[in-house]
This record gives sequence, structure tokens and C-alpha cells, in this order.
Amino acid sequence: MEGLSKKRRAWNRTMKALMYISAALTCALLLGLIGYIFIRGVPSLTWPLVSGVTSYLKNTIGILPNILNTLYIIAVAMVIVLPLGVGAAVYLTEYASNRRVAGAIEFAAETLTGIPSIIFGLVGMLFFCQIMGTKEGVLAGGLTLVIMILPTVMRTTQESLKTVPQAYREGAMALGAGKWRTVRTVVLPNAVDGIVTGCILAVGRIVGESAALLFTAGFGVELNSFKTALHSSSATLTVALYIYAAERGETDVAFAIAVILMIIAFLINLAANGAGRRLKNGRGAN
Amino acid sequence: MDSVITAKGLNLWYGDHQALKSVDIEIPEKRITALIGPSGCGKSTFLRTLNRMNDLVPGVRIEGEVRYVGQDIYAPEVDVTWIRKRIGMVFQKANPFPMSIYDNVAYGPRTHGVRSRAQLTEIVEKSLRDAAIWDEVKDRLNKSALGLSGGQQQRLCIARALAVEPDVLLMDESTSALDPISTAKIEDLATELKNRYTVVMVTHNMQQAARVSDLCAFFLLGEMVEYGDTETMFSTPSDKRTEDYITGRFG
Repeated sequence: MEGLSKKRRAWNRTMKALMYISAALTCALLLGLIGYIFIRGVPSLTWPLVSGVTSYLKNTIGILPNILNTLYIIAVAMVIVLPLGVGAAVYLTEYASNRRVAGAIEFAAETLTGIPSIIFGLVGMLFFCQIMGTKEGVLAGGLTLVIMILPTVMRTTQESLKTVPQAYREGAMALGAGKWRTVRTVVLPNAVDGIVTGCILAVGRIVGESAALLFTAGFGVELNSFKTALHSSSATLTVALYIYAAERGETDVAFAIAVILMIIAFLINLAANGAGRRLKNGRGAN
Repeated sequence: MDSVITAKGLNLWYGDHQALKSVDIEIPEKRITALIGPSGCGKSTFLRTLNRMNDLVPGVRIEGEVRYVGQDIYAPEVDVTWIRKRIGMVFQKANPFPMSIYDNVAYGPRTHGVRSRAQLTEIVEKSLRDAAIWDEVKDRLNKSALGLSGGQQQRLCIARALAVEPDVLLMDESTSALDPISTAKIEDLATELKNRYTVVMVTHNMQQAARVSDLCAFFLLGEMVEYGDTETMFSTPSDKRTEDYITGRFG
């Protein structure tokens, strides 16, 4: 080849090889990890494990309570965070006239998303369990997670609201629609895909969270109804993984839980992608 | 000839930039008034002060007065939704909502409290007929408005504006994004509409202003340089700057 000196060509080849190795290593690492978890976890993933409870008397291990606790926490956190996060986002993008205050709140929210989750756990424990007197359980854990994921839900909703063309708002206003009517009938329906995607990702964070729940939701592995679980120590799947791996030495159970968590993570990502796309197409031309 | 809208000593700033400089105008009833001038001269800004759409722009400051049938529309007690109901607007780019054709037209009446289905259907049909698009869409009222062509979308937006029974229709370069045939349709429509509505249109197109408007206002650098009968202005402009612009010496 004309132009490129021998030295430069050699350099090119070396760099290309290095990139190739990086990519191959990354791939191998990820696939290896997933493969390893599946190989270790799938054999112990049995129906009695998934549908049973842990009992010292009967010498059984079951993670049904933990699956339920995870669902309870998702329900508690989402029911609170959804109206709160969407409401705050609508206020900041549609109503707030003081851009500096709005900017400050956005910056604070941005910062909050980067804080290690164990700090939310610590604050949650102090605030909900000690100051407010809530007992360790799904309620305290759920409320802690609300604080943790609120900024995320708010930010994704805001981003979604910002994609709604200004022309829609102007169109509605020019017809004499008030602010709230414009938001409700024109802005929110066109931002719903982003809001749903944000919520699904928030659910993903809840499912994957453990540190913030250690001090707030607790380590209990008994089977509870939703009402009892609110105020009694309830370990979610991730916390249960920690318990079985670190405190009971049941590594196989831990890996089985890991498999379940990975499948959930996969499904959540799939759902987030699908929901975004479907809702977007749903309101296009037809 | 009664004037519907009057502006007196109207000044407008976007931050530090003065976009309108003491504009005085009287817009007569049931006529088409065209606002012309080069880009950035303030004609669109002026149009948007008439239904207070500039309220949506952060950092805007307005001095002077704008009266609609004698009422100062910037007075604190005025309900801005009432003004926008009386003074409708069609934008430069067609902006139908991503909903059905029917719901687009029914949006305004619903906003103002019409609930009965029969009444809404009647308003929708009448508005679409008035906007000369009924025959094209009558079989697909429940289809998305986004499936219409650009020209149809713009006429749909006109129908949507007419559905709230305004008194004045503001058109902000409403044909600039359209092909010549759609443009001609909308010009015919405007001429038709002036029997019942007062139309104020911003246009970049000199021929359009000459063809359809009864009165014409020439804006330059935020000032209204000349205002009067369109024919007179185009044949014997009284200001040198107007003449230069109309004859195409700048623009």
C-alpha cells in the first residue's frame, strides 16, 4: 500500500489486535460468568425450592417467601414512586417557571442517582425504623427504595416529557386548553412510553437491590401475607442470596437464586425495550 | 369598518433584545390582514402577542396595550383561555395531535365543555366542511391524523381552530411548508373564511400577500414601517423601505 510506512502499518496491526483481544476478553468474561452461574445454579433450581419455605424442623430450604417479599417490595415502592416521580417531573418540566430552582433540583436528583445504595439503607434505617418507628419490614424497605429510585423515575420521565414536541403544547394552548388539560391530554399520553420504560427499569433496580434493604427490610425468611410482611423482617431474593451464601453456607441455593435473578433481569430488559417500542408504534400513523 | 384588534405602543423584549418597537395597528373586522417583512422583523412575534402565545416564551417582556373588542388582553383579570378561544391560531408547521382526525377537531370543543357525542359530531363535520377537507376525510375520521398529507394536516389544523368558533384566526406562515396546490387551497379557504372571521396572516410570500390580503402591514427590524390597503401599498408604497422590500431589493 502506498502512503503508509512499514512502521505505521505494523502499529495499525498491533492496535487492531489489541482491540480484538479486549473485545474477546470482555465477551469471554461475560459469557463465562453467565455460563458458570447457570451451570452451578440450574441443577439446584428445583420445584420444592421455588415453592417451599425454609424450616429447621423439617430441614427444608425454600425461597417462596423471598420471591413474595420481592413482589411486595416492588408493589409498595412502585405505588408510591410512580405518582411522586411523575408528578415531580411534570412540575419541573411543564410548570416550574424558575429555571434556576428547577436546575438545582435536577442537579440534586442527578447526584442522588450516583450515591451508593448502602447509604440509602443507612438513612432509611435511621429515619424510618428509628425516628418514625416503623418496624423492619417491607414497608420500611419499600420506602427506602422509593427514596433511592425516585430520582431515576423523575429523570427518565423528564427526559420523556422533553421529547414531546413543543408544537403539541402550543397547539393545545392555542385552542384555549389550560395547563393541566394540555399536560393530561397531549403531553403525558405522548410521554407514556418513556415513563413505562423508566418504571420497568426502576423495578429492575428494586429486584437487584440488596444493600439498601439489609437494615430496612431485614433478614426474615418466614412466609408472610402482604399485611404482615409490611411490618415484619422480610428478606428479598437478593438478601436471601446473601443469607444462604454467607451465613448458611448453602452455596447451591445461592446460585439457584442467582439464576432466578438473572432471568428476571433479562425479562425486565426485554420488557423495557418492548414496551418502549410498542407504545411508540401504537400512537403512530395507522 | 370596526376594528377587532388594536395595538398601541406595543414593545416586546426577549431578554435584552427588543423584538417589537412601539407598534400601533388597528385590525379591521372580516378582512384579511397580512403581515409581511424579512425574517426576524418581528411579524411572527407580533402575531403571537395577539393571542398571548408569547406567554410561553421564558424571559419575554411586553409593554403597551393590545385590545380585543375593547378589552385589554394583557390586563391581569383576563382569562387567557378565553382569549385563545376567541382568537384561534394556525401554525407554520401543521401540528395535529397524534390522535384520530375526529378527536383532533373535537379537542377544542371538549376543552370548552361540550360533552354530548351528537353535538361533537355535528361540530366536527361542520368544521371539517368549513376547512374544505370534509370530503377527503369523512370516511376515515377515526384514523390517525398523522396519516394525512402535509396540506391535509394543515387544513385539519384550520378545522380544529374553527371548531371552537373563534372570532379571529391567526395564521403564522401557514402555507410556507406546503406545495403550491395545497397553498392555493388554503388561500382560497382564507378568502372564504373572511366572510365570517377576521384573518391575520404572516407571510413570506409577497404574491400571497398581494393575492389574498385586504390590508397589509410591513415590518422591519421590529418596527411597523407601513400599514394600509394592500393594493395601494403594492402599487404606491409611501415609504422607501417598503418599496425596496416589495420590489425585491432586499429580503
